[in-house]
Order: sequence, then C-alpha cells, then structure tokens
Amino acid sequence: MGQEIQLIEQIVDRYDSEVGMLIPMMQDLQAKCGYLPTEHIRTLAKTLNVPLSRLYSVATFYSSFRLAPKGAHEVTLCMGTVCYLKGAPNISEAICKEFRVEPGGTTRDRLFSFQAFNCVGACALAPVMIVDGKYYDAVTPQSALEIIHELSPADETVDAAKKEDSA
Amino acid sequence: MISAGTKLTSPADLESFAKKLRSSEDKASRSVRVCIGTGCAAKGSRRLYELFVEAAEQSAQDVTIEAKHVGCHGFCERGPIVVIQPGDIFYQSVEEPDVPEIFRETILGGRVIQRLLYEDPSTGKKAKKAEQIPFYNVQHRIVLANNGIIDPTQISDYIKIGGYAALAKVLTSMTPDQVIEEITKSGLRGRGGGGFPTGLKWRAARDANGGPKYVIANGDEGDPGAFMDRSLMEGSPSSVIEGLTICAYAIGSSQGYIYVRNEYPLAVKHLSLAIDSAREVGLLGNDILDSGFTFDITINRGAGAFVCGEETALMASLEGSTGEPRPKYILPVERGLWSKPSIINNVETLANVPPIIVNGADWFTSLGTDKSKGTKIFSLVGKIKNTGLVEVPMGISLRRIIDEIGGGIRDGKKFKAVQTGGPSGGCIPAEQLDARVDFEELTKLGSMMGSGGMIVMDEDTCMVRLAKYFTDFLQKESCGKCTPCREGLAQMLYILDRITDGEGQVGDVQRLEELAELLEGTALCALGKTAANPVLSTIRYFHDEYDAHILQKRCPAKECRGLFRYEIDAEACKACGICLKECPVGAITGEKEVPHVIDQDKCTLCGTCWDKCPFTAVKKV
Repeated sequence: MGQEIQLIEQIVDRYDSEVGMLIPMMQDLQAKCGYLPTEHIRTLAKTLNVPLSRLYSVATFYSSFRLAPKGAHEVTLCMGTVCYLKGAPNISEAICKEFRVEPGGTTRDRLFSFQAFNCVGACALAPVMIVDGKYYDAVTPQSALEIIHELSPADETVDAAKKEDSA
Repeated sequence: MISAGTKLTSPADLESFAKKLRSSEDKASRSVRVCIGTGCAAKGSRRLYELFVEAAEQSAQDVTIEAKHVGCHGFCERGPIVVIQPGDIFYQSVEEPDVPEIFRETILGGRVIQRLLYEDPSTGKKAKKAEQIPFYNVQHRIVLANNGIIDPTQISDYIKIGGYAALAKVLTSMTPDQVIEEITKSGLRGRGGGGFPTGLKWRAARDANGGPKYVIANGDEGDPGAFMDRSLMEGSPSSVIEGLTICAYAIGSSQGYIYVRNEYPLAVKHLSLAIDSAREVGLLGNDILDSGFTFDITINRGAGAFVCGEETALMASLEGSTGEPRPKYILPVERGLWSKPSIINNVETLANVPPIIVNGADWFTSLGTDKSKGTKIFSLVGKIKNTGLVEVPMGISLRRIIDEIGGGIRDGKKFKAVQTGGPSGGCIPAEQLDARVDFEELTKLGSMMGSGGMIVMDEDTCMVRLAKYFTDFLQKESCGKCTPCREGLAQMLYILDRITDGEGQVGDVQRLEELAELLEGTALCALGKTAANPVLSTIRYFHDEYDAHILQKRCPAKECRGLFRYEIDAEACKACGICLKECPVGAITGEKEVPHVIDQDKCTLCGTCWDKCPFTAVKKV
C-alpha cells in the first residue's frame, strides 16, 4: 500500500504536480507496472486532485493504456496499409486461431499480449511483427506462429528483453 | 565529440567550434557509417555497428578509423546499408559475416567488394556510390540531407555540417519580422497534410495578443504507410529542434513542445538526447548565444490516438485530456494550448526552416512548382520494387517516382493505383500517373498531399476492400465527439462490408456518396471532413469494381472471399496430392498422375489449396 503512494508521489514530483502532464505520468506508471492498476489510478487522481473519471476517460481514450495486466511477452502485429496489403490480416487470423486470443487481449496462460497496431512506421519491412521490441520483417502466418511458439513462459524474459532493447 | 563543459556563448563561438570540428574530421581519414534506422535495425544493423566498433578498436593500424551509426538512408529495401569513407562506397544488404571482409578489404585495403554493391536489375551495372543508383539520383535531398551522414546522437556531428548556423544567423542579424518575411517569401507550406502557408501562420501567431505563446512540433505521424517523420526525428533530430527554436524566436515564444508518436521510441530517445546536448552547450535555455533569447523544449509522447495529429486534438492531449478536436471558430494561433496563442508545425516543415534561412528564400523558391515550393519526403511503399524513403522536388510526376525511383511494380505485376495522403487521401489510377506532385494537383485528382505516404498497389488489390480498410481504420480512430463522423463512418463501413461480402444492393454506391457528402459538409474536424476520400476516389476511378461486386457478385482482383472461385489448372497440376491432403473439407478429388479437381459445391473457399500448392496450379477465377 505504502509503496504505491510512494511511486505515485515520485512520478507526480517528476512533473512538478502539473495536471497537464497527466498523460506522461500515466505512461510512466504503466511503464513501471505494465498496466494501470486501479489503486494506483485512484491514488494518482487524489494526489493531483482531479476526478477519477477524468483519468478513466484518458485511460480508455488512448489505445496504448491498459487497465489489465499483460502477458509475459508482447506481440505486436502491424496492420498498417502496407502490411495489410501484404497479408497482415491472414497473420492476425492465424495467431488468433492458434492461441485463442483477440487483438488487444492476452492469452489465457498469460504467455503474451497480442496487439494490432495501425502502423509501426516500418513499411519497408512489411508485414511486420514486433515481439518484445524486436522487429521481424516479411512475416508469414507460418513464421509468425513459429516465432510465438518459441517464446518462453518465464516472466523474467520480458524484463530482460526490454532492458536489452532500451540499452 | 563535445568535451564536457563546452559552452557556446556567442555566434562566433559556434562558428569557431564548427571549424575546429571540421579540421579534426580530416584526421579521421577513414570511417564506416552503419544505418540504424528502423528498417536496417530490424535486419540486424545494430550488431553490425558493434562489430565494426570492435574491429576499429582492435585494429593495429595507425590510422584513425571511426565507426558511427547514422539515421535512415531511405533505401530500406536493401538494408542494412553501410557506407565507407573515403570513396562513399555504398554497400547494401550487408550481413554479419561480411564485416571482417569489409574491414580488411575496403576500410584497410581500399578495395571494393563487388558482391555488396547495388546492381541495377535492368542493366546489370554495379553502382559504387549512392548517387549512381537510380533510387537516389532522381531525388533531391534538403530535409533528409543529414540522414545517413551524421550520428543523430552527437550534436557535434550536426554542428560540424553547419547545423545551428541558421539559428545563429537569425539571432544576430534578423528581427523576428524579417524571419517571418523570409519564410513567407520562400512559399513554404505545411508538410503535415493541410499545406497551409507557414509564413502566414507565423505572422498570425506573432500578431496575436496575449501570452505566453507556445510552439509545438507535430511528430504524431499516425498515417498508416508513412514513416517520413519517424526517420527524420530519428536521423536528424537537431534539424527539428533548430527549426522549432527559430519559429519560437519569430513568434516570440519561450516554451516549445515536440509531440511524438508513442510507437516511435527511438525518435523519442534521439530527440531527448539532442535537446539535452543543445541545452548543455547553450543552444537551448537562457540567453541563447548571448542574444537575450530564451527558449526550451519539452517532449510529450502521444498515447496512441490517430486523431491527435489534428492540431486542436493534439493540444487537448498536451493539456492532459482526451484528444478531442474542438471547432476552430477561433484559430489556435489566437487561442490554442492552455487558451494561449499557439503554433503547430509538422516536424518536416520545421526541418525545412534552417536551410531556408541559410540559403535564402530565393534558393528555396527555385525548387518546385508555382504554388508548391521546395521538396517533399514520401514513404514509397507497397507493391513496389524499391521501397523506402524518398525526397523529391515538388512538381515531379508520379510516374517518375514510381518507375524511376521505385523501380516499378514487383513480381512483374501490373500497376493499378497509388494511394497518397494517408487514410484521408485517395487513390490515383494509372491514367493519371503523369500528374505532377503538388498540393493543388493531388487535391484536384481527389486525393491529397497529406503527410507523404505513397502506397503503390498492383492488379491483385481490390479497391473496394482498400476503401473498406481505410473506412474501418477511421471509424475506429474517430474520437466520437461529433455525430456525422461517429455514425456516418459506421454506416459507410456497414455498406462496404455488405458489398465485399457479396451482399451489395443496387443503390449502395449512391448511398455511400450521400454519406460522404454529409461527412464532408458537417463533420467537426479534418479527420471527419476528409474521411470519405478513400471511398469517393475509388468510386470515381474504379466504379466498375463496385459494380462487379454489387451486380455480378464478383471481385475482379480476386481478394474478397466468396466473390471468386478456386480452380486447378490441369496442365500445371503435377498430381502431387498435397492439396488433396490439406483440404479441410475433402473437396478435392484426384489420383496419382491425374490432375486434381475441386468440387465447387463442397469448397468453402478457405484458400488452403492455393496456399499449399507448390506448383501454383491452383488459380483464382
């Protein structure tokens, strides 16, 4: 409990308690927790003295915020125009069927969260899939499934991959 | 490299510093530049860079060898790209095992490795330098000039090639009004889509009453199929920062924002680094270059909403709210961010500012057409041979971009249309390929310049489905504030769904047109007003495809499931039995050495046979 207050205070201080920086604050919170936990959001609203409804509206308006924990891995499929033309819908279909997941959802075993982005701006590589920050180019339904099947269920892998990526 | 504590306190300081950097350049006689733009990085170029750094460190030769990573070269199709100095030797599709050979042969030995050079597919001629490659020699790079040359994480690299000279010139010898005059004279227009004259916007903001005033760089590149702004922010972040600083000086602002799309982490990283180092050396902050001018920049990351590319929505987002646009009875230059006079310019527009200031408006107006000056960056993608990022003078024909730079259509297919302007743009058919690329011409054709996505489609693309894709995209991204956009797009999508499912009704095209008119006339913001463009432009140029779907229940491009059949070509079929085994409903019959046949009554059109046939004997008809 105390930890969460401390974290929120830290984040709010970073932006001088400026309500205008609400979105960066929520982004920092999500980066830390992986999602926006209800208790944290409540604390943030109280600390900034803004209605919880405003935070909720922001959290649900922008597609990058999530209110539920994500899987151990992050699989993002680009659905931009070029990827679309080059067969991304078939890849999405294959992933959804194989792992029984919907775009925006997480597999039941929490192996990965699956997201379909509008465009990741890597059109020359189309169709593109990003797994834990690593870009895969010219993906096919088969290769996509192979890549995901190779993911390990361990929780640490995400953090390790992330660290590697940001380094 | 900037040593700790370097502080530039006057324009003369900056100049002598740049000179010093240039003279030290000559000592490092050999260098290898590895592209780490998103395209090349995805193909492993970061590892290549590390290997080159290691090799350079271990080398016993007593020459200075510099390995550096640079922004996107544009030729993403052939990545990873490595360029070696001296000689500007351009290697493409470089892989890890090539590194020792490049190091030994080219960097130390000065010999060219033929196998890594670009080979012109039509003539078979090898190109040693970038400018010998057709993809590059038709281009004219002003904004992208630094990409592929400088290390975007080193501000000294930018200063060395003349960076911040424009800011110094502005601060020492120009009044804000003169700056605005120069930009107005140059005819520079907004590169983010609207094409509004930049000088006029700056003038209005300068004249606006009240303060503080804000300047905002729009890097929320949301159009699917576009990555110009991404590559610019990643490859030459300081160009954007310098442009924004000059804009701030011109309108009298001391606080700027750069709003970057959430999906672009590398752009955020490079911009942050560039801002920090500019602050460190005194090119941002208090009393810049002893001029009394004070300015600083904050980076805000978007949170994944396409509508935030619209200026009033972007400002709402900067204020920490949902990104809903507001009516523009009062323009943002009067009342924008925090209800204060504010300017939003696209990052590409801003990156045009320093070269205009340095070279003069006359130089800029010598490029382009009557009403569209300078160059424009396009991301040339889709079913084209050379995908990548291109910067061309305004007024070049679409045909030259597609055929000469793009190298034509992939796999010997036929060109069908090119889509420009993002989801709110339109499709331009083959008959119009000689059209000149400028703001007016593209609008006349029912499309628009937009931010610069250029998506090429071949005969296998169904235009109705494409219109549906964009409508679906916009319907999801509509913020939901105004009814025409929220409900109108949903209805259009419903009709398009019906058409591509083979249930189109006579009169559907007319209904789409009515809805389109309603949207254009009544939607609140640019997203809604232009949302019908993809539908309208495909109806305009590809009416027969709509008719085929609706009247004959047939998809001419054979993309819409259910509106075409699969058949096995008896001559191509080798009777291997693969399709027979794979068919989930047992619709295929045949024996050894007897061509197989699909039972059309049983077939569910799943396409498995088409996917699996190793001899492409399964045809769509």
